[in-house]
Amino acid sequence: MGKGKRKVPGLNQSSTADISFILLIFFLVTTSMDTDSGLSRRLPEWDPDAVEQEMKIKERNVMTVQVNKNNEIFVKNGVINRVIDISELKDIAKEFIANPDDNINLPIHEEYDIKDYGVVVTTYKHVISLQTDRTTNYEIYFQVQHELSKAYTELRDAWAKKTFGKKFAECDEDQQAVVKGYYPNKISEAEPKQYGTAQ
Amino acid sequence: MPELNTSSLPDLIFTVLFFFMMVTSMRDVEVKVQVKTPVGGSEIEKLERKSLVSHIYIGPPSKSYRATYGTAPQIQLNEYFAEPEAIREFVVAERESMSEKDKPFMKMSLKIDQGVQMGIVTDVKQELRKARALNIVYSATKENKD
Repeated sequence: MGKGKRKVPGLNQSSTADISFILLIFFLVTTSMDTDSGLSRRLPEWDPDAVEQEMKIKERNVMTVQVNKNNEIFVKNGVINRVIDISELKDIAKEFIANPDDNINLPIHEEYDIKDYGVVVTTYKHVISLQTDRTTNYEIYFQVQHELSKAYTELRDAWAKKTFGKKFAECDEDQQAVVKGYYPNKISEAEPKQYGTAQ
Repeated sequence: MPELNTSSLPDLIFTVLFFFMMVTSMRDVEVKVQVKTPVGGSEIEKLERKSLVSHIYIGPPSKSYRATYGTAPQIQLNEYFAEPEAIREFVVAERESMSEKDKPFMKMSLKIDQGVQMGIVTDVKQELRKARALNIVYSATKENKD
C-alpha cells in the first residue's frame, strides 16, 4: 500500500450546515437580546438627620402626592387638596412647578444663578413629595412617577423651545444642563411614613 | 432539473451565527420570579451601557418554586432569593466587579412586578440608599404607540 500518488477523497461537507444550525440554535436559546429600559431616578443620600431639614421647607413650596392603600391619589398643595384621577396629575404638577400666574399659594419665584448661563427667576425651591403606603400597588406608584416625569419633560421642552429654539432632547449637553437648572427635578422619594398603621 | 447547489449554505448560516453572537449577550441569571414590569410611555429611556447595570428582581416566585417559597413576592439577587438586608452585600460585590472609573456610574435596575406592594419596594430602596447605590432605574416596558 501507499505507493504512488493516491487521490484523497474530498471530505463530505454535507453535514456542516446542520452542525452550524445546531450552534445557531444554541446561541439563540442561551442569549438574550432584550434591552433594558425604564425610568431613571436618583435616590437621596442616606442621612438619618434628613427628616429635620424637610420641615424647614415653606408650605407653599411643597406639593404632597399620597397614594394610599386603596390606590387613590391624594394631592395637596396651596390650591388643591383632594383625591384626583391619575389623568389630572400631570397638569396639576405642571401648574404647581411652573406657577405661571405667580399665585401666592404656589411655589415662590426667586432668582437663581445657573452656572454658565446667568441669573433666572424660577421656582427652584419647589418640592414634590411622593408618599406611599406599604400596601400601595407598585403599578400605580410607577404611573404616578411617570406622570410627574412627563410634567417635567413638557415644561422643559417648552422652556427649551423658547430659549434655544428646540426641544430638550435635541439640545446639547450644556443647554440641557441649563434647562435642568431652570426646572430641576425635585421629586422627593421621601422616607416611608406609616399612614393608617401606626395611628 | 439541476440540483440546487448547497455548498455555500454552511457559510451563510455561520454568518447568521456570528451576527447573533455579536448582538446578543449571555443570559446572566435564571430569573426565578415572575416579573411583568409596568408599561410606560414617552418617559421610558433605554439603558445604554449594560456593563454598568445590575439587576434586582422582585415578584412572586415562578411556578416551579411556589411549592418551596409560596406566592408572596420575593427579592432575587443573582441566583438566590434574599432578604432586603442582603442587598448591601450584593451592592458591594457588584461594585467590586466593576472597573474603577465605572464605579460612580453604577445603576441598579429594579425589575419589579406590577402587582407587588410598595412595602417591599420601599425596603429595597432604603437598603440601596444605605449601600450608597443611588442611581436606580424602575424597569418598564415601553408602549409601542405614543
